[in-house]
Amino acid sequence: MAATVSYDEVEVGTALPSLTFPVQRINLVQYCGASGDFNIIHWNETTAKLVGLPDVIAHGMFTMASAGRVVTDWAGDPGAVVAFGTRFSSPVVVPEAGGATVDVSGEVTEKLDGRQVVVTLTAKCGGSHVLSGCRATVQLA
Amino acid sequence: MPLNRDLIGRSYPASDVYEVAREKIRDFAVAIGDLNPAYTDAAAAQALGHADVVAPPTFLTTLQFRFPHPSPATDAELGLNYALVVHGEQRFALDRPVVAGDRLRAQQAITDIRDAGRNELLTVETTVTDEAGVRVALATSVIVSRGTAAPKSDQKQEA
Repeated sequence: MAATVSYDEVEVGTALPSLTFPVQRINLVQYCGASGDFNIIHWNETTAKLVGLPDVIAHGMFTMASAGRVVTDWAGDPGAVVAFGTRFSSPVVVPEAGGATVDVSGEVTEKLDGRQVVVTLTAKCGGSHVLSGCRATVQLA
Repeated sequence: MPLNRDLIGRSYPASDVYEVAREKIRDFAVAIGDLNPAYTDAAAAQALGHADVVAPPTFLTTLQFRFPHPSPATDAELGLNYALVVHGEQRFALDRPVVAGDRLRAQQAITDIRDAGRNELLTVETTVTDEAGVRVALATSVIVSRGTAAPKSDQKQEA
């Protein structure tokens, strides 16, 4: 593994470059196919509303993958992520018209032994935090 | 209908071997909108020290949807209605990066079912190993089963 970021250059509070992710229905259909998760709430508006959701919602794992990209782009090697976890605090609602937008930012919140750091991520959609307690442990150079 | 709490502790047989393919990693990378060269170009991945293209950190989630083997999602005794399910929490402990050519098995277990208000929280642990049985990752999923908690006799029923 070869993260391009050196542990020595990073401090608690170091901010990672933020990213913005547009989410359209087509992205969810594509994620259904790639992941194998065809839960109907991710592609059928009628059923989503019937079971009490506001509309079709994004896979939590799709949102988590987007958040992960902030870490992997920064670290320089996706293989440098040794742990990654989150709670899905609020759904990303994806209406047919317009879709949704998720803004992800990250910050180093802890330096661990073994040249690893903890990055805490924030993901917002329409003013709501859609992930909570989202943290990645990264093996730095 | 509440989930069957008798299944807490149930362990399912390991899956058949899942061979991680370059093109599968590419499909997944395209679907998450992330064309990192380490996901799509073997030479770029090798320059980072990997044997072949590397899988995104959340890629292993695909393993639980790949096989018709017994699992919590397909276990009729559990009583999970998939349309009522949303994802509550997900954690991965990645012992090493997953790369194309890996031959993996996934084995799932139900470690907890509990109420959270009117919902139930189902915790499933997926242990991913290589063919030699060495652990590659542990994935922990908390699945929210919306509105299926048994009515509480000590609480006022909602109209």
